[in-house]
Amino acid sequence: MSTLVKSRLKTFVGGIHPEDDGKLLTKGKREVSAPLPKAVYLFMSQHIGAPCKPIVKEGDMVKKGQLVGEAQGFVSANVHASISGKVVDVAPWPHPITGIKSPAVIIERTEDDSWIEGVNENFDIDHISPDEIKQRIQSAGIVGLGGATFPTHVKLTPPKDKVIDTVVMNGTECEPYLTCDYWLMLDKPHEIIQGLKFIMKCLGCKRAHIGIEANKEDVYNLFKDVLSNEPQIKIDLMEVKYPQGAEHQLIKALLNREFKPTQLPLEVGAIVINVGTVFAVYEAVKFKKPLIERLVTVTGNGVENPQNFLVRLGTPIKQLLEEAKATAAINKIIFGGPMMGIAQGNIDAAVTVKGTGGILVLKDARQWQSHACIRCGRCIDSCPYGLNPSELSIMCEAKEFNLAIENNVMECKECGCCSYICPSKRPIVHLIKFAKAEIAKQKVKV
Amino acid sequence: MQEKASTSNQTQSNNTLIVSASPHIRDTESIPTIMWAVVLSLIPAGIAGVFTFGFYCLYVIILSCITAVITEVFILLLRKLPVLNTIKDGSAVVTGILLAYTLPPSVPWYIPVVGSFFAVAIAKHAFGGLGNNIWNPALAARAFLQVAYPAVINSDWRTLTQHGMHKLIHNIAQIDAEGKLVDAVTRATPLAKEAGAETYHLAQLFVGNIPGCIGETSAIALLLGGMYLIYKRHIKWYAPAYYIATVFVMVLILPPQVATPWIKNPFYHIFAGGLFLGAFFMSTDMVTSPLTKRGLIIFAIGCGILTALIRFYSGYPEGVCYSILLMNTATPLIDRFTKPRLYGTKGKKA
Repeated sequence: MSTLVKSRLKTFVGGIHPEDDGKLLTKGKREVSAPLPKAVYLFMSQHIGAPCKPIVKEGDMVKKGQLVGEAQGFVSANVHASISGKVVDVAPWPHPITGIKSPAVIIERTEDDSWIEGVNENFDIDHISPDEIKQRIQSAGIVGLGGATFPTHVKLTPPKDKVIDTVVMNGTECEPYLTCDYWLMLDKPHEIIQGLKFIMKCLGCKRAHIGIEANKEDVYNLFKDVLSNEPQIKIDLMEVKYPQGAEHQLIKALLNREFKPTQLPLEVGAIVINVGTVFAVYEAVKFKKPLIERLVTVTGNGVENPQNFLVRLGTPIKQLLEEAKATAAINKIIFGGPMMGIAQGNIDAAVTVKGTGGILVLKDARQWQSHACIRCGRCIDSCPYGLNPSELSIMCEAKEFNLAIENNVMECKECGCCSYICPSKRPIVHLIKFAKAEIAKQKVKV
Repeated sequence: MQEKASTSNQTQSNNTLIVSASPHIRDTESIPTIMWAVVLSLIPAGIAGVFTFGFYCLYVIILSCITAVITEVFILLLRKLPVLNTIKDGSAVVTGILLAYTLPPSVPWYIPVVGSFFAVAIAKHAFGGLGNNIWNPALAARAFLQVAYPAVINSDWRTLTQHGMHKLIHNIAQIDAEGKLVDAVTRATPLAKEAGAETYHLAQLFVGNIPGCIGETSAIALLLGGMYLIYKRHIKWYAPAYYIATVFVMVLILPPQVATPWIKNPFYHIFAGGLFLGAFFMSTDMVTSPLTKRGLIIFAIGCGILTALIRFYSGYPEGVCYSILLMNTATPLIDRFTKPRLYGTKGKKA
């Protein structure tokens, strides 16, 4: 790409360019359905907000798509059976994100794989009302599939005094290694645009804006064609830079609006929604299909056959690793991408959840020896939120939490740019996460 | 199923998965890669120095480095810190080279030894080691030597030529009116202000065929090293740029106290003396300079103003060393007032 074209790409200030983005491992791998799991482990908490209440008990027979966990309160999201079978237990299981045991419905598969009645049928959607759209999204248990897992129906219910004028769809997929959004966009452009229109209709919002990173120019060209008669939906090619897909950076680059890290995009009249979520919305509204499966990139140098899999929620990753031919020498398994993903400690217990867009399997993962900060300032240059990670990490290390709060530690989004770029290999994000947890504990005490 | 869960917890101890906080990938740049790049970038200036002043300079440089490394090992053992990894990072070598570059070409052997020891033991480790030192170790040592051995550092260096350097300098030796051999390179610096001090062509200053300290004379060699570091993004271009530009402007506007013909020539001030060495390799020292871009620009302008003031109005011909040390001292203050602005608070109070 010529520099002239590059200079026209939209982007933000700060961020990093990871040297090896690992996308080539799976960029040529169209998604395939993973074999059905023998059993699934459905956590009652796969979203931000109150955990669901299990409404099935041991011995119950359930059908695919049947509600097994009922949302508790508004900020919560339903959980549905992802396979048909028999509930063998409702018990705590080690959660792959929090690391602690939390309640899960465990279903063993029976032979048939048919849907429960009333879902996955073709509905007439021409005259659907905004409220009906939101109702279908809510009952389908859709959450932000980019990894944040915020319940989507809550996002679509802005406070009365806030007007949303633009829906921003995140098609950047800026996390290294992941390509599942890329394949979703290549395969389902019409469905995604329809889903985006549902969201616009639901919000009563006239405009939408799509951001695609320049390493997916084929997707950009495809969407340009699909959108040729849709002037209300704009699409832009963006610089390949991490974290281009984060809400603040995406809105800054596309709409040139700024808001504080702890604020939500609705402060500036926008919402950001991931392309995977938009597709789930399409299926929920058009077919009343609950969220029971998603695309997962299984990749990294620890697998011989990296793939994009269509995976039922709650599938044990052991099965996916077998399918991707994991080598014996793996020493790190990460849920998500390498920048913000969560390392797993228990290969036997780990199962996919709604927010799992990638499983990164590494065989030579390093541990770095950290050194005193040499004040090079690279972390400050790379921080997209205008923080001083250098000083924050020193404050957090010294447990000077009040000082850290004064210096906006709570505004950190933990994107990982500072730790990535640090030549002293300081575990900056680790220290900040530690401080945040300690501060939260202190608040509870008071 | 409860039992099943507990068995799987047991198998967990059999596998050796690393569990750590994100991010799980890191940049390839590290302290050693930065430090050794600095060493590499300093080599051209060293070659120029040896070429101009003779092989004795090489001994000074090597002696300074060896002392720095030995001192570092000694102190690390005293502090019960890992020795090998810290030595390998190259920071002691950088300090050793930088100190040697600020010394006169004909110093007695004990000067780099004492200086290097001071730089590493006192200026660096007494303050907590790499990352915690307040002043640039090489410059702090140079200032220490200037106070401790003023005769050696400041005097007219002709008296020291018996140490047997200059086999290579005949090319710029001059014969004065009485037929006495006046060795141009034996004067302390072309910035000397006393009457009768020689003036040099700008081209000569640029190449480095002039008196001065070992590593400071060749502007082009220093520029080459500096450009390499800027290209590798180990130093920020704006620190040396603002420093040199400030000196340039200050020379134009300051009224001089002495009437030497070159005193109002800004180009002369830029290429002569230690400005290039200081601007590219010492004002850019990450540890002792401010963190943010704004801070670094303030720091560089401060260095420039102080350098010009010292050169114009003090007893010293050269002001680079003290100006950077003074601005090092001001670094925490600058950092305090140039905190980065929290995203999304433009025009509002953070």
